[in-house]
Amino acid sequence: MALIASLVLMVMDFRFHQLQYLRDSLTVVLHPLYLIADFPKTAGNWLSDTASTRQQLQSSNASLKEENLRLLARLQKFESLQAENKRLRNLLDASLKVDDRILIAEIISVDLDPYRHQVRINKGSASGVFVGQAVLDADAVMGQVIQVTPLSSTVLLISDATHSIPIEIVRTGERSIAIGTGKIGSLDLPHLPSHSDIEVGDFLVTSGLGGKFPAGYPVASISSINRDTNSGFAQVSATPTAYLERSRQVLLVWRNDQNTAGN
Amino acid sequence: MAQDQNRIWVIWLSLLAAMLLTIVPIPTAIEVYRPQWLALFLIYWAIALPQRISVGHGFLFGLLLDVLTGTTMGENAFSLSLITFIAHQGHARLRSFPFSKQAFAVIALLLIQKAVSFIAIGMTLGITTQNYFWLTPLIGAALWPSIFFILRKTRRRMRVR
Repeated sequence: MALIASLVLMVMDFRFHQLQYLRDSLTVVLHPLYLIADFPKTAGNWLSDTASTRQQLQSSNASLKEENLRLLARLQKFESLQAENKRLRNLLDASLKVDDRILIAEIISVDLDPYRHQVRINKGSASGVFVGQAVLDADAVMGQVIQVTPLSSTVLLISDATHSIPIEIVRTGERSIAIGTGKIGSLDLPHLPSHSDIEVGDFLVTSGLGGKFPAGYPVASISSINRDTNSGFAQVSATPTAYLERSRQVLLVWRNDQNTAGN
Repeated sequence: MAQDQNRIWVIWLSLLAAMLLTIVPIPTAIEVYRPQWLALFLIYWAIALPQRISVGHGFLFGLLLDVLTGTTMGENAFSLSLITFIAHQGHARLRSFPFSKQAFAVIALLLIQKAVSFIAIGMTLGITTQNYFWLTPLIGAALWPSIFFILRKTRRRMRVR
């Protein structure tokens, strides 16, 4: 009986994706377990925060100030560029907005199944998170939200074997799709013809096609190219720019149109 | 009456602890060697108290494990029901086994969970697992004597019947 029931469940989940409600409600029930598992790390952070000396705090404060100054300087440049960009786009009558609303979330440090690249974060539908939302770390795109509960949500990383992300090669503007391999440090680009203009080290950014990811965020850089294949397509792999394994804080992004329409 | 209670909550608590051990963060390098805690605990309870733990518990906790770790719904529910069923059916024989023989039986049971996961990963993700994927049952069997003693001690002290 139980065996048949679980087989039915597997088919329903994988083929028809009909168990989201059951999964959501059970996740809410199990939320305390995540918090308990996360507790040692949180307590450790708290301890190191409270136990740090005046000198450590001063030095970290100084370095943060310096960093802030540097970023502000860069921002000045960025703002003038943004203004210029807006002006030019106005001239062209295009209505693309650059600002995206973001929210910072923290990764709950629990280990999920090692073959599925998912992480849990501590913000959920109570903060306006929605399924399909793009998730970034400080450097690049990490993945997208696949499940939300009121207080937490699950993020599928771009390296998961079931994840694909539409990308654009910065140098040439060529568009393609980067597919996860199930290995944390590598993505595949299976749809590039073997004669296409790509080089090792080329940067990939989100193309914004498909409507899930906002355009222009860094994704990965090309790490190896093998053009000697019989299929007519090159074997291209890329290394994600985001620290998929080491990030502690992530950014949730609302695209401008989603911001006005959905929220 | 309080004395007549079976204290089944001890079993439930231990199974929750096993689920907790499954998601507690450990370094990525050894993450793939993590023992199959929930399966080990369920095997113990099915052997020790077959009147309390049966297929239904395997199914329920397997389903919770699926939700907890983000695997396909039913994947662990299937394997853990099967494992609990076999352990439940063979509890009389398994109890009389010496530890060495018991450990081999445990390896066989744990391999069921691995095989089911292997098929599910292959079908849903389309990737193959590394060879050390199959090592965790050995680690589980190595831990079996200590798990057995700890749980038996808990069972006797708490008078779970």
